[in-house]
Amino acid sequence: MHYKTIAQLANDLKNKVISSVELTQHFLQRIRQHDQKLNSFITLTEEAALITAKKADAARAQGFARPLTGIPLAHKDIFCTDGIKTSCGSKMLDKFIAPYDATVVQQFNQAGMVMLGKTNMDEFAMGSSNENSFYGPVKNPWHLDYVPGGSSGGSAAAVAAGFAPASTGTDTGGSIRQPAALCGITGLKPTYGRVSRYGMIAFASSLDQGGPFARTAEDVALLMNAMAGFDPKDSTSIDCPVPDYTATLNHPIKGLKIGLPKEYFSEGLNPAVQKLIQDAIKIYEAQGAIIKEVALPHTHLSGPAYYVLAPAECSSNLARYDGVRFGYRCENPVNLEDLYKRTRSEGFGMEVKRRILIGTYALSAGFYDAYYRKAQQIRRLIRDDFTQAFASVDVILSPTVPAPAFKCGEKAKDPLTMYLSDIYTIAVNLAGLPGLSLPAGFVDGLPIGMQLIGKLFDESTILNLGHCYQQHTDWHTRTPGGF
Amino acid sequence: MSLTPEAVKKIAHLARIELSEADVAHYTTQLSSILGFVEQMNAVDTSKVAPLSHSFDMPQRLRADVVDEENQRDKYQQIAPAVMAGLYLVPQVIE
Amino acid sequence: MEWETVIGLEVHAQLLTKTKIFSGAPTQFGAEPNTQACAIDLGMPGVLPVLNATAVNMAIKFGLAVGATIQKESIFARKNYFYPDLPKGYQISQFELPVVSGGHLDITLEDGVTKRVNLTRAHLEEDAGKSLHEDFNGSSGIDLNRAGTPLLEIVSEPEMRSAREAIAYVKTLHTLVRYLGICDGNMQEGSLRCDVNVSVRPLGQTKFGTRAELKNINSFRFIERAIHYEVERQISILESGGSIIQETRLYDPDKNETRSMRSKEEANDYRYFPDPDLLPLRITEEMILQVSAQLPELPQQKRERFIKDYELSDYDANLLVSNQDLANFFEATVKASHHQPKLAVNWISSELLGALNKASLDITESPVSAETLGKLVLRIADHTISGKIAKTIFEALWQQAGDVDEIIEKRGLKQVTDTSAIETLIDQVITANPTQTAEYRAGKDRLFGYFVGQVMKASGGKFNPDQVNVILKQKLQG
Repeated sequence: MHYKTIAQLANDLKNKVISSVELTQHFLQRIRQHDQKLNSFITLTEEAALITAKKADAARAQGFARPLTGIPLAHKDIFCTDGIKTSCGSKMLDKFIAPYDATVVQQFNQAGMVMLGKTNMDEFAMGSSNENSFYGPVKNPWHLDYVPGGSSGGSAAAVAAGFAPASTGTDTGGSIRQPAALCGITGLKPTYGRVSRYGMIAFASSLDQGGPFARTAEDVALLMNAMAGFDPKDSTSIDCPVPDYTATLNHPIKGLKIGLPKEYFSEGLNPAVQKLIQDAIKIYEAQGAIIKEVALPHTHLSGPAYYVLAPAECSSNLARYDGVRFGYRCENPVNLEDLYKRTRSEGFGMEVKRRILIGTYALSAGFYDAYYRKAQQIRRLIRDDFTQAFASVDVILSPTVPAPAFKCGEKAKDPLTMYLSDIYTIAVNLAGLPGLSLPAGFVDGLPIGMQLIGKLFDESTILNLGHCYQQHTDWHTRTPGGF
Repeated sequence: MSLTPEAVKKIAHLARIELSEADVAHYTTQLSSILGFVEQMNAVDTSKVAPLSHSFDMPQRLRADVVDEENQRDKYQQIAPAVMAGLYLVPQVIE
Repeated sequence: MEWETVIGLEVHAQLLTKTKIFSGAPTQFGAEPNTQACAIDLGMPGVLPVLNATAVNMAIKFGLAVGATIQKESIFARKNYFYPDLPKGYQISQFELPVVSGGHLDITLEDGVTKRVNLTRAHLEEDAGKSLHEDFNGSSGIDLNRAGTPLLEIVSEPEMRSAREAIAYVKTLHTLVRYLGICDGNMQEGSLRCDVNVSVRPLGQTKFGTRAELKNINSFRFIERAIHYEVERQISILESGGSIIQETRLYDPDKNETRSMRSKEEANDYRYFPDPDLLPLRITEEMILQVSAQLPELPQQKRERFIKDYELSDYDANLLVSNQDLANFFEATVKASHHQPKLAVNWISSELLGALNKASLDITESPVSAETLGKLVLRIADHTISGKIAKTIFEALWQQAGDVDEIIEKRGLKQVTDTSAIETLIDQVITANPTQTAEYRAGKDRLFGYFVGQVMKASGGKFNPDQVNVILKQKLQG
């Protein structure tokens, strides 16, 4: 039951095969029983969950059920939840009880979903392995010695291990897509501006986007119907209509043009990954899609640009953590300087400090033009590459990750190696485009993912293609043993 | 570009982060290598390229000048580290 | 060595919006600490700014009023620094592309000389909170009610050359922002804050000297004294061979000196960059036209009109124009007096303002309305009453509202203009004062006043003074 999709569970609820309370209890029980192995949750909200589940059952009895009513969900601990601890995976917010709900949380509450708890993550969303959490690392359900990916590692692992049928994550440089790929589930980074950032603790404001994890593209479409939409509280939220993402899932893909960036399919690509992606491409061809080569000539500069822009924005976004109004405060500060310096040094982990320092440097006098401004210029080039490519194709396809999950601790020593594994995902954030990761097979027993990149605000097409792929493969039905 | 320990200390001060001597050495190496990585950007001439802040070209939305927030001081101050008489406390600020 | 003073002013005007610039929390002055600071103002994790339309309109209004260029596209930037009254650790301001650029203010000095001071720019930004330094067991208390209040920072070119010019500039700006209804100009409450940039250079030199920035001076008097102190300080340093350090200084009104604030300024690299949470502010022709239609008559225009239409002196025009409510009162008085501007301005500037000042009342609180005062002036002008009688009527009206004609009627205060009655009484007075008459006729001219007083006393003040003067002179000359 715990590996059923949302669509299937909604059906079961509708047909009274199970109640929302029973379903919720089932997941909570699983978490209590198995999560020590994965460490995917930071906070479980059992009492509140059961109350919500009860309400959902009552609503259903009165005929007010909607597609997501009574379905359990876990939120990445980056989304503010009113009255509930919101830690962002950091000591700095270990005792922070959010005084309001993020818009995304409100949306899912209104849709009738049952929040099981808050999931573990890389501190302040900085990381690709969930090894940077104050609450300890998260493990990959497919092999406990391996990382689940990050920064939304907890949310991905929870869905992969059947602790929740759905979860939320955030993606700044790949933090939804990469863990989705490494954990063998489906994850979407929406177009920048599609999902409200209000209440989503900021890392890099011009790159962050919240998005859903689930087992299938269909489930992701269901979740997006609730999650997408204009929010007047977010100045970067775009006021354009939200389509019904489920309505177009089954559209025939004949004639759809799929672009393969030649830069992504060079000799450097792991042959096992390459083979799985080629298999996927063949499936699309068989369904009538047209495959074309495209070029993204500046894509190799995504990493360099990103590792200036994201740290720069974060260095400013994290300046509010100063021990004055909320969060961690050092003991007995002797003066203001001491308050700031010790609070921030003790409250932040190494990776966060590293990025704050780089970001501060990139913005500092004399270096702004060479780093920050330069990175913004590169950003335009990368974005323009996509615009050019999309003139001749509808969707771009690539691997999500160059290789399956790596072992815990393997890349922790040198941050640069970690940064280099984001090569397929980062450009998408810089260009603000939507990106979907689908489970596409296994290499050495560990999952890898395929990425579909869409035009701005065209989540419908990539979800359509994703659903089609999942009609012809069963990777998304595979589950890890041991749970 | 290689950073000097002095530069790292200066940046740390701007960011109000305290670094031990060992930290300084550690970060000097790491930050220098990250800078080396990002400097690949210099391979491309961008002199005629305008910086891009957001992926879409939309103007800032304007909000009506109407009060829509109520006083929630008690709720907000419940989570504050140090308050007295409704004020947030910090070590004495000398101007 | 002759020195020239160079002054530039940065004035922060707190805008009269109902809510903060980036949140919907209220902006009223004087609320209990932290009761007007919402999650956005507190910089809580996850919050985001959304721009207040009225703040933008006010900036446009100002730009139009000073003949500046309204930028079609401007950008909000983050100014990053750490201070307890700055919740986010950065201030949202404008850096490279401000909403208003250029413009000028024409200032009038006391001797009537006018000067045009050019403006560099004006931009929108958010205000910080307040630190209270009374001892809270060795701590300072932070009140963030003010955090997020919209400010318009108005920057002048360094074109002022004396404290007098600086003060005239601030006064002009003060009047203008009040006319525009964008700021209440209350310097004591901090609605209008002045930072004064002062430097000196040898007279004739074109290169600017190093400047010191005197921060946050909140009264005209302090501005003057601070400038004088600072100029002397700088001259004395330069004359003894030293050099001026570019720094921020605080003016201490008790000690009448400026002090370095270097501790706050040291190593402050603000690392400005465009705020990624906000999009570019685009101002359309339509928006500008809409605001333009709402512009009131500006002080300069009103002053010119008053001088032309009412034939007022520069002094009187300036006095009336400096306060929009006073100017309106004046015009209503003139109307009610059937166009007696000279009398009206005299009565307003002496009797009315005198009484208001004594009672510490503002013109808007005057117990005597413009209509009533106008009526009083009319009755003087049509000779119904004398000026002296009018003063007693004014006092009566000040105590209790009433109708001018009713009072005149009731108390029988009508002025006597009957020539024969006046002649008769004057004859009586002359007869009653033979000694003085003789002395006057012998050449003691100043006794004339004595006779006027006697006539007025005997007539109960009801005689028309002009007629008295003429007839008295005639009769005394014999």
